[in-house]
Amino acid sequence: MKIFIEKDKKNIEKKFFGKTFDLLKLLNINPETVLVVKNGELISEDETLKDSDTVKILSVISGG
Amino acid sequence: MGNCSKCKEKAIFLNPNFCKKHFIDYFENKVKKTIKDYGLFSKKDKIAVACSGGKDSTTILFILKKSGFNVEALAINEGIDSYRNHTLVDLKKFCKENKVKLKVVSFKEEFENTLDEMLKQRKNPCTVCGIFRRNLMNRYSKDYDKIVTGHNLDDEAQAVMMNLFTANVDLLDKSNPKSKKIKGFTQRIKPLYFCSEKEVAAYALLKGFEVGFTECPYVHKAFRHDVRSALNNFEEEHKGTKLNILKKHLKNISKIKTSSESIAYCSECGEPSRGKICKACKLLSEIQSFK
Ligand SMILES: [Zn+2]
Ligand SMILES: [Zn+2]
Repeated sequence: MKIFIEKDKKNIEKKFFGKTFDLLKLLNINPETVLVVKNGELISEDETLKDSDTVKILSVISGG
Repeated sequence: MGNCSKCKEKAIFLNPNFCKKHFIDYFENKVKKTIKDYGLFSKKDKIAVACSGGKDSTTILFILKKSGFNVEALAINEGIDSYRNHTLVDLKKFCKENKVKLKVVSFKEEFENTLDEMLKQRKNPCTVCGIFRRNLMNRYSKDYDKIVTGHNLDDEAQAVMMNLFTANVDLLDKSNPKSKKIKGFTQRIKPLYFCSEKEVAAYALLKGFEVGFTECPYVHKAFRHDVRSALNNFEEEHKGTKLNILKKHLKNISKIKTSSESIAYCSECGEPSRGKICKACKLLSEIQSFK
C-alpha cells in the first residue's frame, strides 16, 4: 500500500490489509489528529483497506 | 459497519457517524446553534473575520458569508518569509471567489519592520508577534461591531488546561464564545467554539478549501504541543473529554464575579492598556531604539 503521511511530508510503502483504525495504530498515529483519504475520498476509521489502495494521512492541526 | 445515523449511506466521519451530506449539515447547524444559543451576533452586525488563510478562519468566513451575515475579512501580514505569503495567496483567491472584501494590514507598513526583521533584535517571536497582531486587529476592527476568530474546541480546551497547569487565573474568562464588552476593545467572538479541530478539518476538506498544512516556521510551542497530545490521548480513551472540559469551564466562569478592573488607555496611541503606555508602543520604542 502507498501511504503519504502529511505531518512528516513522507511517502511510505507498506503491506497492509485491514481496518483504517488498525493502520493508524500500526503507524502510532492518534486518529483524533488526522483525516484519512483513500483514493481521493475522505473515509472513516472503520473502513477496510486493501493493499492496492493509495492512502493519504492528513494532519488536522494547522499553524493558525 | 459504520453507516450514517441519518441515512443508509456509508459514514465518512465517526462519532457522530455521518455521510458527507449529513456531516456538512451537522457541522453548519452546530455553528448556527452556537451563534444562537450564546447570542454571538445578528444579521445587523458588521463583522470582521480575522483570517490567516488556514482551515479554521476560512471555514468560519465561508459559513458566515453563506448564511447571509455581513462579513469582511481582515488579515495580518507579519512578514514571515515562505509562510504567510503562501497562506495569503490562498486567502486572496478564496475571498475573490466568495465575494468577500479583504483588508490586509502589514507589520512592515505599520511598524516599519517585518517580523523577520524585528527578530534580529528580540528573542521570543510569539510574544512580539502576539502583541503587534492584537494591536492591529483591534485598531483595524473599530468600524465593526464584532471580530470573529477561528478558535476551535481543541484550541479552547488546550487554553483551559494550560491555565490550570500554570495556575493562571487572569486568563480564565478569555476562553469563552464571546469576550466581555470593554470600551475600546472590539468584542471577540468564537463561533467554532464547540467544533473539534478534526471536524473543522473534515469540513474544510469536504468543501475543497485550499488550505495546506503549513506551520509557522517560528512555532516552538512545546508546552502547548504537549498539552494537545495529552488531551488527544485522553480523548482517544475517554470520548468527550475536550467538550466536557469546556462545558464545565463555562459553568465555572459563569459563577465568577469578575472584578470590574478599571482599564486605562495608552498615552501614546489611545488603545486600551494596563499601564500608562501599551505593550505595543513600549515594544515598538524598544525595537526602534535598538538601531
Ligand atoms: Zn447521511
Ligand atoms: Zn499605545
